Amino acid sequence: MQAEVEETLKRIQSHKGVMGTMVVNAEGIPIRTTLDNSTTVQYAGLLHQLTMKAKSTVRDIDPQNDLTFLRIRSKKHEIMVAPDKEYLLIVIQNPCE
Amino acid sequence: MEIVYVYVKKRSEFGKQCNFSDRQAELNINIPPNPELAEQFVERNPVDTGIQCSTSMSEHEVNTERFEMESRGINHVEGGWPKDVNPLELEQTIRFRKKVEKDENYINAITQLGSIMEHCIKQNNAIDIYQEYFDDEDAVEVTDEAPSAKTINVLRDPQEIKRSATHLSWHPDGNRKLAVAYSCLNFQRAPEGMSHESYIWDLENPNKPEIVLKPSSPLVTLEYNPKDSHVLLGGCYNGQLACWDTRKGSLVAELSTIEFSHRDPVYGSIWLQSKTGTECFSASTDGQVMWWDIRKMSEPTEVVILDIARKEQLENALGAISLEFESTLPTKFMVGTEQGIVISCNRKAKTSAEKIVCTFSGHHGPIYALQRNPFYPKNFLTVGDWTARIWSEDSRESSIMWTKYHMAYLTDGAWSPVRPAVFFTTRMDGTLDIWDFVFKQCDPALSLKVCDEALFCLRVQDNGCFIACGSQLGTTTLLEVSNGLCTLQKNDKNAASLIFERETRREKILEARHREMRLKEKGKAEGRDDSLREEEPTFHLEELVTKAEDEFFNIIYSELKKKETEAMKKTKPKQPGLEADEEVEGEDLGEEEGDGAQAPT
Repeated sequence: MQAEVEETLKRIQSHKGVMGTMVVNAEGIPIRTTLDNSTTVQYAGLLHQLTMKAKSTVRDIDPQNDLTFLRIRSKKHEIMVAPDKEYLLIVIQNPCE
Repeated sequence: MEIVYVYVKKRSEFGKQCNFSDRQAELNINIPPNPELAEQFVERNPVDTGIQCSTSMSEHEVNTERFEMESRGINHVEGGWPKDVNPLELEQTIRFRKKVEKDENYINAITQLGSIMEHCIKQNNAIDIYQEYFDDEDAVEVTDEAPSAKTINVLRDPQEIKRSATHLSWHPDGNRKLAVAYSCLNFQRAPEGMSHESYIWDLENPNKPEIVLKPSSPLVTLEYNPKDSHVLLGGCYNGQLACWDTRKGSLVAELSTIEFSHRDPVYGSIWLQSKTGTECFSASTDGQVMWWDIRKMSEPTEVVILDIARKEQLENALGAISLEFESTLPTKFMVGTEQGIVISCNRKAKTSAEKIVCTFSGHHGPIYALQRNPFYPKNFLTVGDWTARIWSEDSRESSIMWTKYHMAYLTDGAWSPVRPAVFFTTRMDGTLDIWDFVFKQCDPALSLKVCDEALFCLRVQDNGCFIACGSQLGTTTLLEVSNGLCTLQKNDKNAASLIFERETRREKILEARHREMRLKEKGKAEGRDDSLREEEPTFHLEELVTKAEDEFFNIIYSELKKKETEAMKKTKPKQPGLEADEEVEGEDLGEEEGDGAQAPT
């Protein structure tokens, strides 16, 4: 079971354009990360707040709805956040070809 | 208006109870109705009144007070670790992480999230959603669009004692910053305690200037060094030249010695094209043009005195108000003077007398702006007194094109760096005019009232889109011009060059004719006797006077006669109709009286 997790994360990291992957828990503690600590901590803190805000926005508009995925496209890269009840999977990809 | 009524009451009477008592009704006045007054009124039937059935609305303006904001960053530190785990201890954190990784929830969550994530990643790699699909189509010609400009930003002088913005300079790369020189140009009327500071503004933050420059005397001009964007050159009110390096701070990096500087405010300062990028030159109303090297500001490297008699006399020199230098013609430069003459000079001349090549006169007042056309350097624009004129180097007697005389003084002007036929001018009534002589020659293509006070200076950004103008109270307004005025049209260059050539040719023909006429006059005058020449003027004078008087009276008599005949014509056709008119009038009167009798009943 754990091996599956490892495999999944490795596969994600090996995709074209992926700059970094990290798994953060609900308290903001980085569980797994491929970037350095300070960057991870920064991403974890900021994206957690943003995900919570996005989730509450979706639920406010329609209480039966829920946030499944969050994508932030910026000039330099795209930040993708997959939220879960306790964990956040964050991937930073550079999509331009 | 405040109406104040003061009344005095005894302290002991405060709080006294009011004693009300009943009283019989009293008849004060009894005015019975007077039916005779009704005869002064006439009943009107029907009556026209306007009625409107709509919701009544009122207009109300609200403006919030300016809110001071500051940008700050947040420093994220690691946290959230449970109490028993010390985040600094590597072992403990690793142990914690391993524990979490063994959690079943974790495994399920990650596998699920992982598949969603992979889907999105693959999506990104498959299609670039921002791909340009219509690259092949060129930008559509926007000639039909009406020219317009809108204000984007306003930068206000934060000082309480307002000074005028006298010069603007855009940052050489990126155009994100604007350097503004503030000073009070009224002679000896600078108020006490006026600050000498000038600012560099960052357009992202219009509330507070980014860098403050502190000279010892207010700056009249300020220019960024086009080669090194950290270095600025400023000309002071007291005639000195100062140099700043923004990396070093707000105090002056280099200052010219006062003995060798100008004796009047420095009105023009421009950087020169040189290998070292440290050379500049300045001009002032004391009649001198000085060349400097900023590495050694103690003395100017060269001085030229603007004496058009070519005798190097400082007393006869003309005061310079504007300076022009084009990097494509590095040996030539032009000076606009207070006396309304443009002097074209050659820097490389051997003797100082030869430096002054030629002069162009035509303005009635100081020439506040002088600039060569970036596309056709032979033609240059001058702005002064109430007109803006375009000159060609070939025609020295007069300008080839000029605007009409405006109601307000023109203070500054500039060509558009993108379109050869477009130029901008500012006026003392706060208006910015955008002229496009390919489109319209008599009036500006667009005239905008930027602010209520006078506009003093103008600077166009290199892309031709943004214009900054500085006003008398220190407010700098940033405007964005519509696309049509800042994109080069297909036949713009040709049309502009045709117009320039045509006007130059016309001026040349006129010049030639004038010369011929002058020669003829000279020939005639020399042919006559001297004595006759003296008497003729007086003889002519009396004759002319009597002739003028006769003409005048003749005109008056003929006008009077005309009026009389017309009056006669008007009265004649009326006579047969007069009797009919009187009958009609009589009927009306009768009707009114009848009505009046009916009304009271």
